[in-house]
Amino acid sequence: MDIERDQRRFKQIVRGRIRDNLRKYITHGEMIGRKGRDLVSIPVPQLDVPRFKFGKNGSGGVGQGDGEVGDALGKPGQGPDGAGGAGSDPGGGHYLEVEVSLDELAEMLGNELELPRIKPKGAASIEAEKTKYNSIRQTGPESLRHVRRTYLRALKRQISTGSYEIGDPRVIPVKADKQYRSWNEVPQPQVNAAVVYMMDVSGSMTDEQKEIVRTEAFWIDAWLGKQYKGVEKRYIIHDAVAKEVDENTFYHTRESGGTRISSAYKVAADLIEREFPVADWNIYCFQFSDGDNWGDDNRKAFELLGEKLLPASNLFCYGQVESPYGSGDFIDALEKQYSDHEKLVLSEIADKDAIYESIRKFLGKGK
Amino acid sequence: MSMGPTSNLTPELAAMQVEIEEHARRYGLDFYPTIFELIDADQLNAIAARGGFPTRYPHWRFGMEYEQLSKGYHYGLQKIYEMVINNNPCYAYLMRSNAALDQKLVMAHVYGHCDFFKCNDWFSQTNRKMMDDMANHGTRIRRYMDQVGVEPVEDFIDACLSVEDLIDICSPFIQRREKKDNYRFGDREKQEEESRSPRFQAKGYMDSFVNPREVLLSKQLEAAEKGVARRIPEQPERDVLLFILEHAPLTSWQADVLSIVRDESYYFAPQAQTKIMNEGWASYWHSTIMINKAVTAVDIVNYADHHSGTLASSPTQLNPYKVGIELFRDIEDRWNRGAFGRDYDECEDVQQRRRWNTGAGLGRQKIFEVRRIHNDLTFIDEFLTLDFVRDHKLFRFGYNPGSEAYEIESREFPKVKQQLLQSLTNRGRPIISVVDGNYRNRGELYLRHDFSGVELQTDFAVDTLRNLERLWNRPVHIETVLENARAVLSFDGKNHEIEKGDSVDIPGLEAIT
Repeated sequence: MDIERDQRRFKQIVRGRIRDNLRKYITHGEMIGRKGRDLVSIPVPQLDVPRFKFGKNGSGGVGQGDGEVGDALGKPGQGPDGAGGAGSDPGGGHYLEVEVSLDELAEMLGNELELPRIKPKGAASIEAEKTKYNSIRQTGPESLRHVRRTYLRALKRQISTGSYEIGDPRVIPVKADKQYRSWNEVPQPQVNAAVVYMMDVSGSMTDEQKEIVRTEAFWIDAWLGKQYKGVEKRYIIHDAVAKEVDENTFYHTRESGGTRISSAYKVAADLIEREFPVADWNIYCFQFSDGDNWGDDNRKAFELLGEKLLPASNLFCYGQVESPYGSGDFIDALEKQYSDHEKLVLSEIADKDAIYESIRKFLGKGK
Repeated sequence: MSMGPTSNLTPELAAMQVEIEEHARRYGLDFYPTIFELIDADQLNAIAARGGFPTRYPHWRFGMEYEQLSKGYHYGLQKIYEMVINNNPCYAYLMRSNAALDQKLVMAHVYGHCDFFKCNDWFSQTNRKMMDDMANHGTRIRRYMDQVGVEPVEDFIDACLSVEDLIDICSPFIQRREKKDNYRFGDREKQEEESRSPRFQAKGYMDSFVNPREVLLSKQLEAAEKGVARRIPEQPERDVLLFILEHAPLTSWQADVLSIVRDESYYFAPQAQTKIMNEGWASYWHSTIMINKAVTAVDIVNYADHHSGTLASSPTQLNPYKVGIELFRDIEDRWNRGAFGRDYDECEDVQQRRRWNTGAGLGRQKIFEVRRIHNDLTFIDEFLTLDFVRDHKLFRFGYNPGSEAYEIESREFPKVKQQLLQSLTNRGRPIISVVDGNYRNRGELYLRHDFSGVELQTDFAVDTLRNLERLWNRPVHIETVLENARAVLSFDGKNHEIEKGDSVDIPGLEAIT
């Protein structure tokens, strides 16, 4: 019975629906935070066959058990046409939850945004292990038995013990003759990438802006993770001073001080120098801010950017997130200073809906 | 003996089948030969996903169903114990991993279903060779997929499935109109002649008395009026699928696919109409056979555990197994005690009613009769009593839009019963008919939902119209009631429209709410 065929078709249709709604998933961060390992579970609209059926309004059913009139009942069962409800099925909506691998989503994102594949630079550095069947052992599962070698050994044994008869050329392996294929871990050279995220956590950046940053970073990670085997991530927050933090702190810190962007650039430059030699690493910098900077700091920031960060990076992306407290002019200053630097990408992110375009801008260079 | 050619039971299970079948027959159950097949969980899930038919046509939704079933199984959330196919011979599946005791129980349960399939009148018109026909359907649809491509066929099936519920579940028992092949077009002139002058035979000199001129004229007028008022369909048509099949501009493969969907829909309809009875009946028999005959002292605890699992109930989902078996037992008990009829009904003393016993001993006979003539709707209508509702703590619940939750609304007997009956009417699905196939004289399709107090779910309705339009190829409409006002939802191939009309009084609605 060919249930696999139906299953394949079903999955194919699911992928189609996801692709159709990808923009919504991307910009509304529906699956972020639900990430369990490499799978995300996302709601796909309308996969069931639509029918004329009863809605909730005026619906009800008959149940069984204790309770007073007016008591609330848990979520009603989802039996489709049971006597329980007037055909209504409040638990099951118009959505179906499906699981997709992050990798696959990133692939869809790439196709959707027409992102170019990145051509990694640098020599291989991290070595991942890969298993290869390139050796022989005395024990192992029968499925891996090496027939030719086994018979060869049996033949040798028979000849040396004199039990091989030319007239009756039978080769019968005994247990000691058996040989099995086996594997070894083979080091695999790989190209690597480091991503440095910088974010302004001064008072003017609200939770909403951070959510935008988080959403955008999620997709950037997913995409880069597809291009490189090992991606190292570093997080830097700053107000007037900067420090390196872990991912969780990055998204959940709020300071009240002023803003000095150069402080973050300094920490980033030191970090890169210390941990990621330019020759071996593909380095990506993403900076998010509402664009307010202490006036006299711009000069120092540009200096660091021009001398250290831009030369070291494959790409330096600056995203200016619009804030309710008004947005600053750092983006304009950057534009003026490095108007057409090939490694610098600027993007203004007005709201959640702008995330989609912003990602395209950042990653569209294929660097 | 009913061992079919494909049965692959182990000798132990085969012996078990002989034993259980023997018990079932002695109790008076009557069934077609029954073939058990022993299969793995994965196979069972795959067959269940196809509605019990391994050879059914290919379609993505079976894949979806399978995915859900097998996930549920592997996470240990659900497990299918039994599956029986209404066919002659009956096919039933046993899961290989079940313990021997469970297999015994399942067999006993299966014989209950097999008896029900054969003997219940609502199944009397179902196709008993459905195994073969499903395979034929599969072959035909695969062939169309080869001819025009997988996707067009599957898409078209999607559209058909959207309206597969819209059949007339009573039509297998009623001849509503002449069969198509009875039309004789050659007789048309003669018919017209007749309609022009419906004369009685009379000799010439009597003619003006037997057929007075003025009567003839008025008859003629009447006939003419009738001709003008003639519309398609003449009466609202509940079998929407048939109407589409006969009138929509379908290609031959499309018409064939639609007719397949319709056949299968009619095949499955009686099962939806008798869920409570069928499961109740099977549970009644597995418990009777097991307790009295088949279960040993060693197994009784395991049996009880399994049995109670089957009959567990939840507050918001009536368990058909549970309600069914309890009702059958209640009927058996009452008819054994003679607790029915006028004297009993008129007795108001609760104690006396409880103790009532005329020693009638008609219980077994009665439940056999009930399983022959009733469906869920009439079963509940006839046998759900005040005492039963109280004893089993039934209540009616409803959706409270304020709290967005379901709440217990009432424990009053009439309301509980009314709600249950409403849930069971037309298998719990909205009653919808074609009213006009030439709406606005523009070949548009106009359906009407007979509103009975529960609104249609609009987003689903809108999507369904979309699919309906694909079948009909012209604008489609459905008249219903939304927020107490008459409303017509339309789709013209591009745009959806909801036209709201006057508020309406729904007759009889008071009785429900």
